[in-house]
Amino acid sequence: MKIMVAIKRVVDYAVKIRVKPDKSGVETTNVKMSMNPFCEIALEEALRIKESGLASEVVAVSIGPAQCLDTLRTGLAMGADRGIHVESTANLYPLAVAKLLKALAELENPRLLILGKQAIDDDCNQTGQMVAGLLNWPQGTFASKVVLDKEKRTMTVDREVDGGLETLLLELPAVITTDLRLNQPRYATLPNIMKAKSKPIKKVTPEDLKVQLKSDLEVVQVTEPPKRKAGVILSSVDELINKLKDEAHVI
Amino acid sequence: MAVGMILRALRSRLTSPTASRYISTLVIAEYDGGSVKSSCISAVVAAKSLGDDNSISMLLAGSGPSLQQAAVDAAKCHPLVSQVLVADSDKFKYPLAEPWAKLVESLQQKGGYSHIIAASSSFGKNILPRVAALLDVSPITDVVEISGSHQFVRPIYAGNALCTVRYTGDRPCMLTIRSTAFPVSIEARSEAAPISQVDLSTFGEDTVSKSSYIGHSSQDSERPDLGNARIVVTGGRGLKSAENFKMIEKLAEKLGAAVGATRAAVDAGFVPNELQVGQTGKIVAPELYMAFGVSGAIQHLAGMRDSKVIVAVNKDGDAPIFQVADYGLVGDLFEIVPELIEKLPERN
Repeated sequence: MKIMVAIKRVVDYAVKIRVKPDKSGVETTNVKMSMNPFCEIALEEALRIKESGLASEVVAVSIGPAQCLDTLRTGLAMGADRGIHVESTANLYPLAVAKLLKALAELENPRLLILGKQAIDDDCNQTGQMVAGLLNWPQGTFASKVVLDKEKRTMTVDREVDGGLETLLLELPAVITTDLRLNQPRYATLPNIMKAKSKPIKKVTPEDLKVQLKSDLEVVQVTEPPKRKAGVILSSVDELINKLKDEAHVI
Repeated sequence: MAVGMILRALRSRLTSPTASRYISTLVIAEYDGGSVKSSCISAVVAAKSLGDDNSISMLLAGSGPSLQQAAVDAAKCHPLVSQVLVADSDKFKYPLAEPWAKLVESLQQKGGYSHIIAASSSFGKNILPRVAALLDVSPITDVVEISGSHQFVRPIYAGNALCTVRYTGDRPCMLTIRSTAFPVSIEARSEAAPISQVDLSTFGEDTVSKSSYIGHSSQDSERPDLGNARIVVTGGRGLKSAENFKMIEKLAEKLGAAVGATRAAVDAGFVPNELQVGQTGKIVAPELYMAFGVSGAIQHLAGMRDSKVIVAVNKDGDAPIFQVADYGLVGDLFEIVPELIEKLPERN
C-alpha cells in the first residue's frame, strides 16, 4: 500500500514575524523556514504505518518554488522513500494545491493521503478537506489517532472536535489531516540525512499535471493586529480583585 | 402577508438609490438538543455585514424530533433569518462531511446563493472547504471582519498579522466566520421565519457512503461553554498535575467561568483536548481571561488575545504572557489561586 504525504515549507513556528511596511505581506527574507509542524506529524504517521508493515512506500510531495527541495530532503531524511516536487512560483491558494494533489493522487494511486490539518503561516485549514472533496474520498480531519485495519480496507479515526473526541470509520482510499496529538515526530538522524541524498525527487509542473491554476482570491493588504494597551503588575490579590471590580468592571 | 412583504422588498430593491447587488446567503447551521448553536447566530450577524437586502436562509440537517425543534428555534433566533431549510434524513444523523457537502452542493445548485457561510467551529471547518472544492470556489476561512460583500479580514501567522482578502470569483462567495468576532445580542422578532423541508427524494441515490460514525466522548459539564463564556480561567504547565487543576476548576466555579488550558497542559494529560485554547485549539474572546501558570507562547496568545481583560499569574516575571496582560501578578499560583477563591465575592 502506498501513502502520499503533502508537506509545506513555512516560516518556523518560533519566529516572531514582521509585517512589511508597505503592507504587501509578511517579511520572509532571511527568516528561518521549516517543515510545517502539522506536516511533520503527517509524515511521522505515514512512516509509523509503513514500519508496522501495513504500507510499502511513503511518498512525500511538496508544492512551490525551488526551496521546497529543502523540505523534501528533510522528509526523505525522516524516512520517506521518494519525493515529488511540483514546481511553481505562483502564489498558490489551497484550492490550487488541492487540484495539484488530486492530479498527483490520480497518477500515484495512494490508499492514504495524509496532510497536516493547517499550515501555521496562512492558518487556512482547508487543503485536506478540499482534496478529499475533489477526489470524492472520505475525510478524517483533525485526527488525534488513526488505526488502519489489517486488511487495509478501513481506517478508524479519532478526531479532536469542539465537544471532545469523535470516532469515525473510513473506507480507503481516504484523506487524513493531522492534529497536534497524533504523534511526536522523529528527528532525522545523521545516517538518514546522508541516505536521503540518494533518494529520488521527481520534478513536475502544474502543466505536466494538466492543472489550470485560476486565481479567485486577491490579497488587498496585510496589517498588524491592534496593539493592546500596556498592562500593570499588581502587588496583591486584594489589589487585583479591586481592579477587576472597580476599574475593569468584569466581576 | 408574505406577498406584501415580497412586493415591498422588490420595490425597495428597484428604487433604492444605491441599487445594491442582490445578496442571498445560505448559513450552514448546527444545533444541539433542540436549539440552534449560538455560533450560527453569529454567522447570521456576520451575513448582515455583507450588504443590505440580504435574504438569509438557515440550513439545518439531521434527523428526529430535536431537528424539528431546532428548526422552530432557528425560525425565531434572529430578525434577519428569511427562511429555515430543514433536511431531515438518517444520512445527516451525524455531522459527516461527505453527505453534508453533497447536500450543500445540491442546495447551491437549486438556490443559487451569492454567499455560503458557516461558523468556524470544528463542524464548519470540516465541511465548508469540502463544499467549496465541489463548487470550484476558494473559500475564506476564519473571517474576523467583513469589509464588503466580497472583502474580508482574516488572521494569519497565529493572529500576528491580519490579511485583507478579496474574493474575485463569480461563483458563490464562501466563508467561515470566527463567532467571537460577531457577537450576538438578543434581538426579538415579531413573527417566525417560514420553515421548509428540503426535498431529499433523489438525494444520494448514486453515492455509496464511505464514512460512518462510531461514537464520541465528551466531558459533560455544568460549566459554561468555553467558546462563549463571559469569563475563562485557564491553567498552563505551571499547574504541574491533573490533581492541581481541580483548583482552577474551583476558581472557575466561584466565577461562573469556563475552564481553558494551554497545549502544554493538555499534552501533559492534565485536562482533555477540548479545553485547549490557542492557534489550533479554541479561539475565545471573553470579557475576562485569567491565565495561571501560563508562559504566553505565541500559539496560545493566538487563541485569547482578543479577550477584553486579561489577567496573568506566573512566578516568572519575564514570562511573555505579561506583555498582553492588563493586570499581572508575579507570584506562586498555588498561594494566589486559593486566596482568590477565598476573597472573590460570591456570585449573586
